[in-house]
Amino acid sequence: MRIWHNLEVSSQEMGQLKTEEFYVNMGPQHPSTHGVLRLILKMDGEVIKECTPVIGYLHRSVEKIAENTLYQSFVPFTDRLDYISAMYNNWAYVLAVERLADIWVPPRAEYLRVIMGEMNRIASHLLWYGCLALDLGATTPFLWSFREREYILDLFEEVCGARLTYNYYRIGGVSRDLPQGWEDRCKALLKGFMEKFPELDEILTNNVIFVNRTKGVGAISKETCIAYGATGPVLRASGMKWDLRKDEPYSVYPELKFEIPVGRLGDTYDRYLVRMEEMRQSVSLVEQALEKLPRGKAKARMMSQDFRIPEGEIYSRVETPRGEMGYYIVSDGGGKPYRLKIRTPSFSHISLLTEAVKETKVADAVAIIASFDPVLGESDR
Amino acid sequence: MEYHLFQTYLAPLLDAARSWWDGTGLPLWIYNVVLMFAVSLGLIAPFISINVMGIIWLERKVSGLIQNRMGPMLVSFVRPAKFWTRHPWAAVWTGGYLQTVADSIKLLLKEDVIPARADKWVFISAPFVVFTASLMAYALVPFSDHLLSLKNFEAGFLYILAVTSYAVIGILMAGWSSNNKYSLLGGMRSAAQIISYEVPLVLSLLGVVMWTGSLTMEEIIVKQQQMGWFILYQPLAFLIFLIASVAETNRPPFDIPEAESELVAGYNTEYSGIRFAMFFLAEFANMLLASSVAATLFLGGWSGPSFLPGFVWFMIKVYFLIFLFMWIRWTFPRVRVDHLMEFGWKVLTPLALFNILFTGVEILVNRTFMMWILLGLIVLIGRVRSRSSADKIKETLAYESK
Repeated sequence: MRIWHNLEVSSQEMGQLKTEEFYVNMGPQHPSTHGVLRLILKMDGEVIKECTPVIGYLHRSVEKIAENTLYQSFVPFTDRLDYISAMYNNWAYVLAVERLADIWVPPRAEYLRVIMGEMNRIASHLLWYGCLALDLGATTPFLWSFREREYILDLFEEVCGARLTYNYYRIGGVSRDLPQGWEDRCKALLKGFMEKFPELDEILTNNVIFVNRTKGVGAISKETCIAYGATGPVLRASGMKWDLRKDEPYSVYPELKFEIPVGRLGDTYDRYLVRMEEMRQSVSLVEQALEKLPRGKAKARMMSQDFRIPEGEIYSRVETPRGEMGYYIVSDGGGKPYRLKIRTPSFSHISLLTEAVKETKVADAVAIIASFDPVLGESDR
Repeated sequence: MEYHLFQTYLAPLLDAARSWWDGTGLPLWIYNVVLMFAVSLGLIAPFISINVMGIIWLERKVSGLIQNRMGPMLVSFVRPAKFWTRHPWAAVWTGGYLQTVADSIKLLLKEDVIPARADKWVFISAPFVVFTASLMAYALVPFSDHLLSLKNFEAGFLYILAVTSYAVIGILMAGWSSNNKYSLLGGMRSAAQIISYEVPLVLSLLGVVMWTGSLTMEEIIVKQQQMGWFILYQPLAFLIFLIASVAETNRPPFDIPEAESELVAGYNTEYSGIRFAMFFLAEFANMLLASSVAATLFLGGWSGPSFLPGFVWFMIKVYFLIFLFMWIRWTFPRVRVDHLMEFGWKVLTPLALFNILFTGVEILVNRTFMMWILLGLIVLIGRVRSRSSADKIKETLAYESK
């Protein structure tokens, strides 16, 4: 493989002992990398000197497929990008098209979008939490968080029929309205979740072993984050107050009250705390949205095969659980996009990873990757 | 009760065997060696094996319950009936006990792979060395006042501690002979971990010796029957022994050598099938041994109210400690290698030394509850200084809302 020829190994003489750096391949299949991420680590003993990520194992040419797919038919493809927070991916795309074509969305649909999006944020963070604990060796929190996630996925199944790739959002609304009693079930779920949340908190947050493994590990400064284009909880943990729901609000977020947790050091522990707090804030958001849910139409109009968007281009972005997901759509006046580019948070985070794991041990690298929460589906597209 | 069993059946048998041997005129040492093999293979090895099967089943059930699930349920003689589903807390314990048997059979049927350039005989004998180390130590475990292999062995539990150190050699053999740089690193790491934690392990037991004045297991139990269990007088030593045992047996949170999500897969990477099972058997046998030693030295061994025979009390205490091991395993994340070494040398060893000093002072002034005063003070100070998780989060994160 061409990559191997470009790498250099240096050997140093430390007094009498000659040491040599060697390459370790943390391969695409590995119980710790989130998805098919391959990292070539240049190591000096236990410490990582350099990290070269190799991505593309999950590349499916989604952007090229978009050029041959009608706008309204492309929504299922967006599910498969960041398959853990599929609702938000749908929203990112649908919002871009609506902004470009200036399509009105009924208020009930907007609120439903917020409810589904924030519930998906909770589900996504629960998965992240479980995987972080699992990578650090604690198996139990993984099962507890997945139990909570199952309740959310059950609700999603009632609404749209799917547990992971929802295909719920449509251009101009959502695909169907809520079944009967869904709101009550949702409120009961949130109440149950807030009762169980202290358990999840207790088992890790104050645990000496966990704190020792995450505090000070992988600290990134605000400037480095911005330079690499990191967004979302990674950026917020480094001390930068930036959340698209507040800074470039979309949908009905301006009408809902919530807070943005911001960290200080930008280490793994801060990223952990930021995401835990985001879960709480999302619960409050869903409760508010359920309360304010207006009556009316939520289902989007059926799109004809002739649906076209006027010429133009737009870059529109939303705050997914992982960070900023942006869609750059160039339209040539037809029914299919001329070019659709997806800017995903995980792609930038993986490049930031190379900076964050320098001079750390392998065990720390595992923790840092888990705290960045990359999803290869969206970084490879 | 066992004394009567012993007197009625076993003693005449042994006498008859001995007199038959004397009759043949062969040297006595052969008789002793044969008897030794008979006891270790016929009594102790089955005891270990059956208990390990039970422990593995217990581990899967306990881990299941902690993780909000039921563990193996289907592989049993009789599957739990449907009506049990209304009482899952009870139903959990009625199923899946043949799972370990099924897993062992599966491992027996696996292909025996020895890496091509591995050091063949070292590779083959490494699991046996590790298992033998803990098997030898069972010679001294007092299962009851009459179920012992060796009576009044003066070296006592010092022999146990010495003999369990043997396992390090087996691990290094496994790591080296696999001809795999990751196995070698894993084996060396595991060896470093075990050697480091032996120091606080041994030091923590010195307090018990100081109170008893003797190393023999029987004397320690007799002293506890007079004084009360040593866990009351040596709580710090008990905690140190427990933590050091978790590290010695390579159990989580100290399981870096065996962890799947660490890059270095450990000394038993290249082992498959029954050889791999042997390592696991050795680990559980080690855990059983550590629990037995702790039960004898801190919880009074086989002593207990007479409505249950001594052996039953012993097993109850041992299984309680094993449950503690499992509880610790499924609660905590894994400790990083450098933290592990730091913790062993910089925290446990000084604490163990301090325990010896404190016990000496206690014996001098002949008062025994100073330890509890100390622990009470530590708990109080800890409470005053710790903050709740919510406060910690509020301190760490800055909230911004527009």
